[in-house]
Amino acid sequence: MTKDVALPPRLQLRGITKRYPTVVANDRIDLTVGVGEIHALLGENGAGKSTLMKIVYGVTRPDEGLIVWEGKAVAIASPAEARKLGIGMVFQHFSLFETLTVAENIALAMDEKIKPALLAPRIREVSEKYGLPVDPDRLIHSMSVGERQRVEIVRCLLQSPRLLIMDEPTSVLTPQAVLKLFETLRRLASEGVSILYISHKLDEIRALCDTATVLRGGRLSGTAVPRDESNASLARLMVGSDLTACQLLPREPGEIELELTNLSLTTRDPFGTRLKDLNLRIRAGEIVGIAGVSGNGQKELLAALSGETLVGEINRSHAGMIRICGQPAGLLNPAQRRGLGLGFVPEERLGRGAVPAMTLAENALLTAASGGSSTGMVRHGMVQQQAARAFAKATIEQFKVKCGGEASVASSLSGGNLQKFIVGRETRLKPKVMVVAQPTWGVDVGAALLIRQALIDLRDQGVALLVISEELDELFMICDRIAVINQGRLSPTLPSAELSIEQIGVLMSASHADESRHAEHADVAA
Amino acid sequence: MSLPERLLQSLWPFRLEKRTEPSSVMRLASPLIAATAMALTGLVVFLILGKDPMTACQVFFLKPLSTTYDLGELALKATPLMLCALGLALGFRANVWNIGAEGQLTLGAIAGSGIALFWGEALGAFALPVMMVAGALGGMAWAAIPAFLRTRFHTNEILVSLMLVYIAQQLLGYLVHGPWRDPDGNNFPQSKVFVENAVLPMLVEGTRVTAAFIVGLLLAVASWVFSTRSFAGYRMLVAGLAPQAAAYAGFSEKRNIWLALLIGGGMAGLAGISEVAGPIGLLQPVVSPGYGFAAIIVAFVGRLHPFGIVLASLLMSLLYLGGEAAQIDLQLPSSITGLFQGSLLFYLLAADLFITFRLRRIRRESRAVAGVAS
Ligand SMILES: Nc1ncnc2c1ncn2[C@@H]1O[C@H](COP(=O)(O)OP(=O)(O)OP(=O)(O)O)[C@@H](O)[C@H]1O
Ligand SMILES: [Mg+2]
Repeated sequence: MTKDVALPPRLQLRGITKRYPTVVANDRIDLTVGVGEIHALLGENGAGKSTLMKIVYGVTRPDEGLIVWEGKAVAIASPAEARKLGIGMVFQHFSLFETLTVAENIALAMDEKIKPALLAPRIREVSEKYGLPVDPDRLIHSMSVGERQRVEIVRCLLQSPRLLIMDEPTSVLTPQAVLKLFETLRRLASEGVSILYISHKLDEIRALCDTATVLRGGRLSGTAVPRDESNASLARLMVGSDLTACQLLPREPGEIELELTNLSLTTRDPFGTRLKDLNLRIRAGEIVGIAGVSGNGQKELLAALSGETLVGEINRSHAGMIRICGQPAGLLNPAQRRGLGLGFVPEERLGRGAVPAMTLAENALLTAASGGSSTGMVRHGMVQQQAARAFAKATIEQFKVKCGGEASVASSLSGGNLQKFIVGRETRLKPKVMVVAQPTWGVDVGAALLIRQALIDLRDQGVALLVISEELDELFMICDRIAVINQGRLSPTLPSAELSIEQIGVLMSASHADESRHAEHADVAA
Repeated sequence: MSLPERLLQSLWPFRLEKRTEPSSVMRLASPLIAATAMALTGLVVFLILGKDPMTACQVFFLKPLSTTYDLGELALKATPLMLCALGLALGFRANVWNIGAEGQLTLGAIAGSGIALFWGEALGAFALPVMMVAGALGGMAWAAIPAFLRTRFHTNEILVSLMLVYIAQQLLGYLVHGPWRDPDGNNFPQSKVFVENAVLPMLVEGTRVTAAFIVGLLLAVASWVFSTRSFAGYRMLVAGLAPQAAAYAGFSEKRNIWLALLIGGGMAGLAGISEVAGPIGLLQPVVSPGYGFAAIIVAFVGRLHPFGIVLASLLMSLLYLGGEAAQIDLQLPSSITGLFQGSLLFYLLAADLFITFRLRRIRRESRAVAGVAS
């Protein structure tokens, strides 16, 4: 890394303050990023990290404070102005047009007008150079969250920024992709690009970042050199107290509650993944994890489990390929499956797990009204607002969701807090089977612990859980057994105690030349 | 930057910029801005046509409000607009775009008239309630066609419901020219006059306003309760705001489409029968001067909110009455009403842009405008 002492720092923030009606999101924040420096921004969910970055990128206006860009005080009124200065940002919640291709989306986001067709070669070039595989001609709606994020990163890099802001870029990337991204970022830094990096993954921050600024409750809580800290000491700076680890005590599983038998599913989507012969049995009181690189059939499997895709529409006898609590469920819609006792936490929280424009109380109604246990939220077809508010309130308290109360709209919550709310809502419905996708995506260490513990508590109460996650550490932490999904096929499950990360890595990248063997031995461990 | 672009920028140094949050003030102000802009446009049109703008405005906007009879007319014409718009708004909020209320209104008029013409006498005091139900069912049946085609074959309900308007009008024409024509009517294309017990009673002496106006107001309250308090209304709202969340929750998309279209069709059908059983009193080739289409504008000017729609339907009714007065007193063509309606919608859509966007001044190229971020 080359640092020229004579150069002014790339970005200086002085006394930035941003107040929202219910909370001071940023309270007199100072921050300095040097040329070619990789600077981490740390803090719990709702600490104000995204707000601060949106201020730098011109999305949000600060109430007070000064932004100094390369030695000059500036007022950044819009993202376009930020981009003109040389600031690029990858958002936590990205906004891509589903019905357009990658190239069209990127063309729309560029300030100069370029035909998508002309942009395609540049997209390929950048995506290859930085190890972020993206096909410019693919339609967004067929892509998983992880793939969409790659599009956003490539979009930023195309504009060759001098300051790159990344709001939790790795939360949905595979371990290999993360390593590639780090190489990219280090190279960018050595070329003089400054990077502001938000992540809840402390290991990553210690491996990547030169300095760290820690926020707590909207205030500056300290700065650190991550390399000299431990995960525990960084967590202490963020949370203000020590954290305990969650525990998975051995437990005898009960009856089979979720069962997939030779589940095969074709897809209408040309870029979708066909599910081939999936077999899986999950018993009451155990957590089974599914590891795998995103885009290998997770999306299709989740839709088939939740009921958003029906199984057996053509051949009714296939409805039994999915059984929930012993009942054939392939032809049941999501509400009916919830009636059988299914709880479901989807990958996308805004727009799917929650309605962005509705309040938390209204969002409680989304699934709680048809949930397994009677919550009394709907009586004689009328919404019992009192009950919905009480349910939301209890969820907020139990899961320590930081927000302005049950009347705040879902889109005003920070990413991690909305996730806590959704997990909480599904948990409080007392499911018998719980399917969770990316349970702690974008969630801070403290909250991740809370969510994982909540899942383990469900297990100990005799719920059958299926967790699909790209974070192997997490799967090892909370799962009794782990399987790997790859190209639409599911490996046999193995007890996590007998597995190593290397073994899983091999399974994740195996090609299916030896397809038949897998199918024959499917689910031997169950 | 190219030369024309630079030229444009010096003439118009503003740029549209997305607001961080939609402005709720603008959401309410926009219909008012649109109505004001519409009135100003009217003023200019009157001037161009060589009318004294002050008298023209007086004739157009104030005369229709001057007597009890006039106020009755205002409520009378607001009734079908209100009924149609209430039903449409429920659908629009659920992302179902029923554009064919005019056709559903026509079918409602036909179905209700059928009862009046053939069983009007026999049903006695029950004639009117049965006619109302038949009218609503007629409208629903017509709306069921786009609902079926959309849920079964994924056709576009905008096109199907719109095309069905013209079929409905042909059907009405056939009936009044053919089988339902009054044999003693000197060959006029119209049905027999309804018997007395099949005609809606007057609400206020000396006016033509009928009980349907009260029904409209009650339905406005019912529609408000439905969308804010009932679970079915909640499901439709979710379907409109976040279709993926509706799918995740297991709210059936088909049910949403059916419900939205049936409610819209039923209300429009009710509007249709209220017209023929009210001020018209018989079936004729034209039962509505485009209430079903004007109701789309009413729904949006009323912000898709039941109470807003009540107010907007009164405004739209005023435009109809003002147009009529302008024809009589100022010898202006009847298209003046359409002009006002059109410009109202036009300005509303333009003003609505500023709910999510705002204008900002483009600053000079020099970036040295050092300043404290405000
Ligand atoms: N538009 C808004 N209106 C009201 N409150 C808001 C708004 N945006 C953010 N907040 C609040 O400001 C605080 C900081 O939110 P922010 O999104 O910056 O947190 P964060 O540190 O990025 O959290 P996470 O790690 O969960 O993404 C939160 O309490 C949030 O609820
Ligand atoms: Mg954030």
